[in-house]
Amino acid sequence: MSSSSLTVQGLAKRYGDFVALAPTDLVVADGEFLTLLGPSGSGKTTLLSLLAGLVPPDEGIVRIGAQDVTYAPPYERDIGVVFQNYALFPHMTIAENIAFPLKMRKIPEAEAKKRAREALEMVHLPHIAGRYPRELSGGQQQRVALARCMVYKPSIILMDEPLGALDKKLREHMQLEIKHLHRELGTTVVYVTHDQEEAMTMSDRICLMNSGRIEQLGTPADLYFRPRTLFVADFLGESNLLPAALGPRLGDEAEIRLGSAGIPGRALANGQDLPPGSSVRVMVRPQNLSIARPSGDETAVMGRVSDVMVTGSLTKVYMQPLDAALPPLVAAFATRNEAEAIRIDDVLALSWDSRDAVVIPDRAPAAVAGIAAKAA
Amino acid sequence: MSDQIMTMSHAAPRRAAPPAWRKPVLMGAPIVLLLTVFLVFPVGQLLALSVYNGQGFTLAPYQQLFSSSLYVTVLWITLKISLATTLVSVAGAYPIAYLISVAKGPAKSRLIFWVLLSFWTSFLVRAFAWVIILGRNGVINGTLMSLGITDRPIDLLYGFGSVLVGMVHAMLPLAVMTMLAVMENIDRTLPRAASTLGARPGTAFWTVYFPLSLPGVAAAAIMVFVSAIGFFIVPALLGGRRETMITQLIIDQIQQTLNWGLAGAISVLLLTVVLAVFVLYDRVFGFATLTGETAGATHNRDTAMRRLGGRVLGLLGAASDALIGLFPRRRPRGTGETPSTALRTVVWAMLVLISLPAFLMIPLSFGKAGLAWPPTGFSLQWYEQLFQSPLWMQALTRSLVVAFGTGLLSMAIGVPAAFLMVRSRMRAKGAMLAFILSPVIVPRMIIAVGMFYLFAQMGLVGTILGLVIGHTVVAVPYVVMTMTAVLRNYDTRLDLAAQSLGARPLAALRHVTFPILGAGMLSSFLFAFATSFDELTISLFSSGGLSATLPKQFWDEVTLQVSPVIAAVSTGLLVFVAVLIYAADRLRRRSLAS
Ligand SMILES: Nc1ncnc2c1ncn2[C@@H]1O[C@H](COP(=O)(O)OP(=O)(O)O)[C@@H](O)[C@H]1O
Ligand SMILES: [Mg+2]
Repeated sequence: MSSSSLTVQGLAKRYGDFVALAPTDLVVADGEFLTLLGPSGSGKTTLLSLLAGLVPPDEGIVRIGAQDVTYAPPYERDIGVVFQNYALFPHMTIAENIAFPLKMRKIPEAEAKKRAREALEMVHLPHIAGRYPRELSGGQQQRVALARCMVYKPSIILMDEPLGALDKKLREHMQLEIKHLHRELGTTVVYVTHDQEEAMTMSDRICLMNSGRIEQLGTPADLYFRPRTLFVADFLGESNLLPAALGPRLGDEAEIRLGSAGIPGRALANGQDLPPGSSVRVMVRPQNLSIARPSGDETAVMGRVSDVMVTGSLTKVYMQPLDAALPPLVAAFATRNEAEAIRIDDVLALSWDSRDAVVIPDRAPAAVAGIAAKAA
Repeated sequence: MSDQIMTMSHAAPRRAAPPAWRKPVLMGAPIVLLLTVFLVFPVGQLLALSVYNGQGFTLAPYQQLFSSSLYVTVLWITLKISLATTLVSVAGAYPIAYLISVAKGPAKSRLIFWVLLSFWTSFLVRAFAWVIILGRNGVINGTLMSLGITDRPIDLLYGFGSVLVGMVHAMLPLAVMTMLAVMENIDRTLPRAASTLGARPGTAFWTVYFPLSLPGVAAAAIMVFVSAIGFFIVPALLGGRRETMITQLIIDQIQQTLNWGLAGAISVLLLTVVLAVFVLYDRVFGFATLTGETAGATHNRDTAMRRLGGRVLGLLGAASDALIGLFPRRRPRGTGETPSTALRTVVWAMLVLISLPAFLMIPLSFGKAGLAWPPTGFSLQWYEQLFQSPLWMQALTRSLVVAFGTGLLSMAIGVPAAFLMVRSRMRAKGAMLAFILSPVIVPRMIIAVGMFYLFAQMGLVGTILGLVIGHTVVAVPYVVMTMTAVLRNYDTRLDLAAQSLGARPLAALRHVTFPILGAGMLSSFLFAFATSFDELTISLFSSGGLSATLPKQFWDEVTLQVSPVIAAVSTGLLVFVAVLIYAADRLRRRSLAS
């Protein structure tokens, strides 16, 4: 788990003037399940294609194990790729499809047959060996693609939105199955998806991408509770982002003053190295808000309830703070008895533990500069 | 809401819904009628003439056919030339079609433009260009002698070689376009997937891409073979006595001896061969591949043939990889999918080669020396002669009128048929498709002669109407094929959406379907237009002696008295076609952009 299976240094790709991938560093540990997550067009497929050798980079280095494979063609890298549309060869039977990579590796036919059969058993489809891809359902094709990729035990498996074409139920089932196979085989997996839930459930680490660069790399909990940019906070689940002025540091926390009234409080400094006085955002997840019983460790905001929505086990409460400089807050509580329920127009204070709030730099200065330049 | 109630109460005394069969029948009837009356009937009549001589049953024409070795020999020559043409055309077309299918953006448009330019440049112009190139005073001999390599002209014309060159030149663009339809549908990720699975480029090509492109190769082969076997322009202009093809014998029987019985018997012979080839094709690949349907409709399971094929392709792959391995590997650049320089060079060389002959007519048309190479001086005299000749001018007008009429009639008949083929779930679809394609399958010469006989009975010989009908018969399959391809990519839910928004079927057709399909319809129309504009076989007979079309006039000139005016006409045709293709492409792009 400690040795690195894949190392990327300064890897970049441009199409004309368009930067599909800005110089990027990435290390994937042996046996790790790493997910590239990001909106469509953020460069996930580009990065994956560079790793697979399907597209040559403009600069940078790719190493698999200790070997520099930056300009090696795909067939000389020890990788497997599962494509979004599965890319099963329509003119070959399932057995032939799965035996194809073995044939390419000059493995004797009898041995290849045996291993193809085992691979099919692994994905619970031993009975379809003689069929053609178009005779299978989407889920079956997906599994065959997995089997074809695993049969030759590549040291890294790359998957580009492999479940994108399946319906929700099947997708969830296949997520489990892929996870299970990953655990069983111990292969390194680099997995691409634009579905944040899928990324959260499956990954050891998530690499969140935005406009051709890595926005943040960390465990799902890192990204969810300690996002380092507004983009990350926004992309993963619901969040409250409150404008604040940064005060002095106190250990790993920092003092903050919220909104125009400067409501005092504290939040995790989140490793951000910002000078006091900077304007920042403070992020709190809805489920970390509670109805205020102010004490020393808590920060509270007063406001009027504008909406209450019961979504099954959770009730979402939307509150318009009395300080108009603050945006509406959303809090999520376990749905309670009617009697205790919160009603529209109730005035209440929402509070949170300072350990559940993190400081995030406000909109990148570059963007502000850009707007100023436009105005000038 | 109240609106709905109103309409419902109004609808109470509603007419009974039309029966479900009515719409398909209405859409299919015109094409069935056209082909029955003007293809099946006349061809049948011609074939019948071979066993019925006005008094009763006879086998005399067949006795004549087999009494001398002449006809069998000619059939053998015809098959030989057609087969050679097919092999060379398909092999030459493959890299071109491949490059087009992987090219993107402007590079792709450029490649397609040059293929289309050759495709639509009149067969006559192209064949005649070879006469100029290969002739005793032609380009090659002129160049060789001026370089002092030979002192006497070499005989390049009137042999198997010159016929093959002319035939391949005539058929190569057709092969490219037919193959391309299949290659465009091959999933580009498949060869990439193969390479991630460990296949080297040669192996990935031969074991994955090539098998998937085979239906395209087969479709191209059969299209070329069938066109070649019914072709007469090239052997007549470029061949000697020993390259006589069977179609020329049919012409002789009609134009010289008016021996309908023998013409019918030869037609039976020719048709039998063609049908045998087609039946074989349908068995192996299925007709559906002819309209660009994706590969893999008919897979034979694990047969010995299939395993053998797999072995051979595997070996080919290994051999190509060994060959590629001989060259030093360059660092990959670009998008990673740029085709190799070698391939691009070869393809562009071929495109130059197939475009060049027609372009040679341009300098000749402005020269003073006539048709001898090299051209000397500058004059517009041939153009003046052309514009002052009532024969040429009438032929031009007539051709334009006929081509326009053919375009309209083919669309009126072909578009509903294409809708029917794509949208309805007929059980007899395969048979219907074969029927619609029959004007392509039956050698053009047989259609032309049969039609001539029928038109003579109906008094249609020499009339515009007769020509329009005749050309529509041969143009309509192309309209159906292009429209089928277009419609298959059209999302029918858009119609349903329009109807759910309150558009009646016709309004949906007008406001949604047609605007989206406009480009496809335009190209279908142009296809029919150009087919008619270049049609010679039917016009050869049915235009009568006096009311020639442009190709007929061209033909009469090149076979009777070769004059440099022909170079001027060729140049005009070339420019006309280039402008047409360019305009169509611009229109297509604009409609895609909007
Ligand atoms: N071959 C190419 N040529 C030009 N632009 C490309 C090419 N491939 C990808 N791009 C561009 O690069 C950007 C990133 O694409 P991609 O990596 O496919 O994003 P993702 O997989 O995250 O959706 C997109 O804006 C896309 O338009
Ligand atoms: Mg992608």
